[in-house]
Amino acid sequence: MRLQFVLAEIGSGLRRNLSMVVSVILVTFVSLTFVGAAGMLQLQINQMKGYWYDKVQVAIFLCSDGSTATGCATGPATPEQQDNVAKLLASPAVAQYVNDFQFESKDDAYKHFKEQFSNSPIVDSVTPDQLPASFRINMKDPEKYQIISETFSSQAGVETVIDQRQLLERLFSVMNAASLVAVSVAGVMIVCAILLIATTIRLSAFSRRRETGIMRLVGASKIVIQLPFILEGVIAAVIGAVLASGTLWAVAHFFLGGYLSKQYPDTAFISAGQTLVLAPALIGLGVLLAGVSSLLTLRRYLRV
Amino acid sequence: MIRFENVTKVYDQTARPALDSINLEIDRGEFAFLVGASGSGKSTFLRLVLKEDRASSGAVYVAGQNVANISSWRVPRLRRGIGVVFQDFRLLPQKTVFANVAFAMQVIGKSRSVIRDTVPEVLKTVGLEGKENRLPHELSGGEQQRVAIARAVVNRPGILLADEPTGNLDPTTSMGIMGVLDKINQNGTTVVMATHDDDIVNEMRKRVVELRNGVIIRDEAKALYTSMIPVVGQSRRLRDASGRDAEPAPDPGGTTRTEVRDAGGNQL
Repeated sequence: MRLQFVLAEIGSGLRRNLSMVVSVILVTFVSLTFVGAAGMLQLQINQMKGYWYDKVQVAIFLCSDGSTATGCATGPATPEQQDNVAKLLASPAVAQYVNDFQFESKDDAYKHFKEQFSNSPIVDSVTPDQLPASFRINMKDPEKYQIISETFSSQAGVETVIDQRQLLERLFSVMNAASLVAVSVAGVMIVCAILLIATTIRLSAFSRRRETGIMRLVGASKIVIQLPFILEGVIAAVIGAVLASGTLWAVAHFFLGGYLSKQYPDTAFISAGQTLVLAPALIGLGVLLAGVSSLLTLRRYLRV
Repeated sequence: MIRFENVTKVYDQTARPALDSINLEIDRGEFAFLVGASGSGKSTFLRLVLKEDRASSGAVYVAGQNVANISSWRVPRLRRGIGVVFQDFRLLPQKTVFANVAFAMQVIGKSRSVIRDTVPEVLKTVGLEGKENRLPHELSGGEQQRVAIARAVVNRPGILLADEPTGNLDPTTSMGIMGVLDKINQNGTTVVMATHDDDIVNEMRKRVVELRNGVIIRDEAKALYTSMIPVVGQSRRLRDASGRDAEPAPDPGGTTRTEVRDAGGNQL
């Protein structure tokens, strides 16, 4: 009976206050979309880092079938050439700059490639033979990249030496800046959302002050009196959060998956499914901000 | 049922207290009128009983419990034991008579079947059978007040507080309302009624507690609206003798002047 009563109260409150409720939904929708966009950028950065980014700084790619580099004139790197590179890496002249290094065989490379590009159609057209084997080096000081590069570029069987960080770091700094902007916009919008929810609850409490006055007098508990108001705000915020999650999914599905991944087939993009991990966080955030702001409002405007 | 021990209530430090060391006890099943001019402290008294306000000093006991010791989440339980009726009825205009009364039961979680059984019974007690589906604006003032009384007593409170319940009603209708309140009182509910209505007080011949400027100046059983003994000093003596019935009720024969003056020949 009490639950039914609370639900009926929520229904009538939402209906009476429809325009305010719609604006709460829209404001939470926009603010949480920005929060989610920041989250999505971070997911995308992680995706692009791939398997090695956080573990090593420098990669020495060995020649493979299709290599055109000058060092690869003799064809794919032979096991001896590979051993030579490994020996050189272990020699004292080089080892002083190196923390440790790992060898990535063609099969390992294929495995990591498949993981990183799992959302891209390119994965189907690549075979392990096409991917170069490589040495991945964790530097004591990443700034000393030049030394490694000079030492190994001319080695037989080495296609190229790459400083991975240099390649990606600029892109990542742009993306990080973009997430920061998204978070700041989200912050402003969240303040808007909190104030708007507070105003909505206040209006709602005012328009139902007769009912709540009588409820107080006949001894209704605080929960029965306040819950409909709190849930009103929470429901509106949850609808906004669901819309925001849906928008992020749509962006990932249609823009990243449908458009960008065709334009840039060699970039690893997040899948639409991955954005759904953001949904619970967004809904939780919506519930939290609606709940807190309505509780604070009710404490002031709905005495029990 | 209600006991005030040296209760003082100060709203504004610079002004005189709304209630000034009041001592009063109202027993279970009693019917008491609270009379006095506006600002004499009647409403403050009722608010303190409901724990709408906190006494500045002294102790208020309701049903044996000091309300100052009731934690805020237990206040609803205190209020379930007290029904309240107002001058302006305070019905919900978009709800029917039945729904208005049922509302008081819904919000404290009574089951639908209990509500279906109890509400018609209470409506019958207040004399509204057959009007369950009317809306408040389709009722007369007296009928609306009966709905409000039904709502106040539907959860069977031990105490009914009425704040000028007949203030908006004509004398005949008021008498009808008093009949309802009397009936509720006979069923064992303690009734405390704040009023200006001298006709009613004179008609009912119940206990009268008169307040003036926050002080009890009279407390008589089976009394009239205006006393023959309007001496402040005496009331102080009455109060000191723990409240009530310290003096025998005045001889009814001696009240003639009061009746003439206050009721203008309308009396009794």
